[in-house]
Order: sequence, then structure tokens, then C-alpha cells
Amino acid sequence: MWNLLQIELYKISRRPRTYIAFAAISAIVFIFQFAFKADGASYLNLMMQSVQDSFEIDRSKAINGYFMCYIILNTLLVQVPVLVALIAGDAISGEANMGTLRLLLTKPVSRTQLLMSKFIASFIFTVILLLWMAVMALLLSMVIFGVDDMLIFRVKGEESQIMQITKDDIIWRYVAAFGYAAIALTVIAAIAILLSIYAENSIGPIVATVCIVIVFTVVSNINVPIIDKNVKPWLFTSYLVGWKGFFYIATTPDGEPIKGSLENWPAIRNSLFILIGHIVLLLGISTYVFNRKDILS
Amino acid sequence: MPETQPIIEVSHLTKEYPGVHAVNDLSFTVYDGDVYGFLGQNGAGKSTTIRMLLTLVKPTGGNIRIFGKDLSAHRHEIMSQTGAIIERPDLYKYLSAYDNLKIFARMSGRRAGRALLMERLDMVGLADRWNSAVKTFSQGMKQRLGIAVSLIHDPRLVLLDEPTNGLDPQGIADMRNLIISLKKDMGKTVLVSSHLLSEIEQVATRMIIINKGAKIAEGYVHELLSPSNTVVTIETLDNTLAIALIHKEYPLLRPVTDGMQIRVNMDKARVPELVSRLAASGAGVVSIKPRHSLEEYFLSLTNQGQHVEPVADRVI
Repeated sequence: MWNLLQIELYKISRRPRTYIAFAAISAIVFIFQFAFKADGASYLNLMMQSVQDSFEIDRSKAINGYFMCYIILNTLLVQVPVLVALIAGDAISGEANMGTLRLLLTKPVSRTQLLMSKFIASFIFTVILLLWMAVMALLLSMVIFGVDDMLIFRVKGEESQIMQITKDDIIWRYVAAFGYAAIALTVIAAIAILLSIYAENSIGPIVATVCIVIVFTVVSNINVPIIDKNVKPWLFTSYLVGWKGFFYIATTPDGEPIKGSLENWPAIRNSLFILIGHIVLLLGISTYVFNRKDILS
Repeated sequence: MPETQPIIEVSHLTKEYPGVHAVNDLSFTVYDGDVYGFLGQNGAGKSTTIRMLLTLVKPTGGNIRIFGKDLSAHRHEIMSQTGAIIERPDLYKYLSAYDNLKIFARMSGRRAGRALLMERLDMVGLADRWNSAVKTFSQGMKQRLGIAVSLIHDPRLVLLDEPTNGLDPQGIADMRNLIISLKKDMGKTVLVSSHLLSEIEQVATRMIIINKGAKIAEGYVHELLSPSNTVVTIETLDNTLAIALIHKEYPLLRPVTDGMQIRVNMDKARVPELVSRLAASGAGVVSIKPRHSLEEYFLSLTNQGQHVEPVADRVI
């Protein structure tokens, strides 16, 4: 299995398309950092216009490395599924398209082993992608913008909130958030791998995965009670942004933030279980289908 | 010819797709040291059978034993001793020849060192292009690299599905020599499929012909292609005179007219004598084409598609 995994990682590392994802993330992060360095105050004014009379902050310190990373992650973690689909959607279909799938499957390895090695390789790719995001969006932003307490803007129901997390209470939240994002993105990888079993070129599963994410995300954002109650709990996209929960800090009855706390850990934990359940289910279906498939490519 | 240990034993193999019997109750045996020809026109079921032998396609019915073991129960063990090229030798185009060979060696469970990899590349004439990406290779070079990949783990059995497809004449000749060398120099058992009788005839020791997924004929090539089963097609200026001469001189032969031609089944050794007599009779020989009856039969399959006349009545 380790042998197969090494081979899969080597193949991924040698494909030019792999580096498109890293280049895309770098480009987006650089644009954000440049824009906020040049005119971050305007963004802050926009965000604070509803609370500027009741909340006094030192705006020169508000735009710091931690805040920048949060803003970037809010945008990037919507786009990264496309980059994960680019690799995972190619896992089986790309081999079928090249004609190498039939050669691989004549080797003394089981189909389940091959599928698992491809899934684990996709997972490792996802983790490396997130580590790259962490380096670019967090570490580089910390170097460029410095570090300080972090402001979180949040719309909860009808009201807007600003929460403040002290700078010594932030890093562990990012570690947990990136970990959560890795699991969330692995669901995307599992969907793409399942679809890639059915296809003989990479475009179909990649586009289909992205379409599923887009449609489900749109439905997840429809704020109608009947959908909130009956549809959203069944959509994995409802849980993709659960990483934000690590930045929602619990408060005392007086409204004071409690250091090291989470507002709703059970909700985060349940979301994680649901996402892991999706991964297990999708992999189970993939293994079943792949083991019964006639290889005609 | 004495038969040795069976390497592939296929019995009542069947593969059904909705409305189609791709392989229909097929049984055959390949023995140790055979170069076994698998002959059939396109769509006859050759590739489906080979894919079932390689566990790429699941049989609907029947049984496959390789090296004396049930394929489905001992897949891992059997595949570690089997090499294959299925139609085109598709490889990772963005990787070098060396990297492709290394990857497939590792997948075959063999940790091949640089010396062995280079030796195998040298064997197929690609040592000087070891570091070139496969996307820069010609079809013939890819085919040779495919052979190196299929042999890297030193398999006992090699399955080659239409290995000469897309090759130029030199490539075809090289492939033919390689197949002969696999048996002669390396002691491998080879199953090679083709839709061309001439290719099988030149390399195989035993052969099977299939049509619509079913066996038409099987046996030793030298027996199936015996000169005593030659169909001679004759065109003369006076066919009536020619037929009368054949009836008179060869009373056991039954010539038939086919348009402007006369066709007669006879021993190839007697053809020169027939030509001399026809020439002496004044019938005016325009052309004469001796062709083995199996080849004639196979061409009828190829040309007429659905036409099937039981070959066993005429050949075996």
C-alpha cells in the first residue's frame, strides 16, 4: 500500500496541472495582501459602518496578519474545492483516458488498494494545498501586516456582531480550522473520485464535482425555513464552512469573550462527524463500484 | 507433438452484455512453452477474452485457471507472474521511459535497480532515450517500451493483444522477432491475438480461431495450415476447357466456377503439375492463386462479415 501511495504521489507531483492549484492560491493571496496593504481602511470602514457608533477600535491594528488570513480563507475555501476536484476527478478517469488503467489493473495489486492509494494521495494533496494556504495566507500575512488581536465580523440572525479574539488565543484556532477544512475538502475529493470511476476522461468528473458543489452551496445559502429544516441538514455543503466555528468565541453573560473557548463545540463536532460519514459512505460506494466495473478503456 | 503442463485452462467461458454474447462458451488450453495464436476478426471476442484472463472484465460464466490455479481466487499470485500488452501500450506520456519502467516494476512487486531498468531499456533499443518523455516517442518506440514494461518482472506468461496494431512494417517485423525470442530465448509462454492469419502463422505453435465469441477451430498451426488443404483459384481464357481437363486428369477433385474464376481444393504440392497441364491444354492460364483453405475461410469471415461456414468440415 505504501508502495502504491508513493507511486501515486510521484505521479501527482510530476503533472503540471498540480501546480496550477498552488499558483492560483498564491495569486489570489498576493492580490488580497496587495489590496489590503494599499487600501485596507476602506474595507474596514465598510464592515464597521453599522457598529461604528458603539464600537471603538484602533483601526491601524485591526488589519493584521490574523485578520487577513481570516478574510482570505473566507474567499479561498469556496474556490479550493475546484482545485481539489482538478486532482481527485482525474484519479481514475485520467488513467482510463491515458489507457494506463488497464495496465495498472493487470498488476498484482487489488482494485481496492489502488483506489485507496489514489484517495489517500488526493487527501495528502489537499493537506499540502492547505499547508500552502497557511504559509501564504497566515505566515506571509503575519510578516507583512504584523500580529495583534483579531476582529471577527459576523451576521447572526438579524444582528451584526463584532467579536474580538486576543492575539494569544488565535493560532490554535487556525490549526483547528485548517484541520476541519482538510476534512471538508476530502469530502470533495471523495465525490470526485467516485465520479471519476464512471468516466473515461477527466473533464466530466471535474465539471460534475464543481457543479454539485455550486448547486449544493447555492441551496445551502437559501434562507427559507422549509429548506433550513428539511434540505440543508442533508447537504454536505452546509458543513463546509464549519471551520468558522473555531473563531466564534464564547462570551460571559456580560458579553466578555472567554479565552480559549468555543461558542458551539457540539455543532462543530457534529459537522465533523457528518463530513467523515460522507467520506466513509462515498469511499464505500466507490470501492463497490470500482471492484465490479469492467475495464473496457 | 507432446503436450506439457497447462498454463491457461479456459472452460466454458462466457461474457454477456445486454443483447450480445461477446464470448460464448469458449474453451481452450495453452500449454507451457506455447506461442498460442488467438485469431479472429475485429469484434470476434479476442480482446474480451484476454481482458477476462487479466481480470479486467468479469466473466458471466465459465472458469479460468492459470498456472493450475483458479484465477479469481489466486489473482495476486497469478498476476505477479503475468505480463501483458492490451492493444496499445499506453503509458504515462509526461514521464520518461525510465520512470515508466520503474513505476510498473514497483507495481509488479519488483524493486528494480538502475542496472536492471537500463538493461531492459537496452533490450528494446531505448537505452539512449531513457530520459525522454514518452510523449516524444513514435508508436513503435511506445510499443517497445510496452514490451519492456510487460517483461520487467520476468513473468512466465505474456499476453499480447494485437501487438502489431499501428506499427510500420519494420515495427511489425521487430515485434514478430521479439515474440519468437520470448519463447525461444526466454522460455516464456505467449498468447498473442491478431486479426491477421499471416501474423499468427509466422509466430504461433498452436492457435485458435474464434468468431462471434465462439471457437471455430483449434490446433497446431502446422496441422491447421497443412498444404493438403489448399484452395487454388484459377483464371483462364477458356474455363470450360480447363474444367474438362481437371475432371479428366484429376477425377477426385471437384472444381467449381465462381464468376470468371475456377476454384478447386487440392494439395499444394500438385499445383505446378496442374499449371503445366492447363498450359499444355491451350486453355490459356491468366492467373493462378493457391491459398490455404483456412486462410480462404478466414478471408470469407473478414470480407462477408456474417458468413460462417463450418471450417471443421473442411480443415480439421
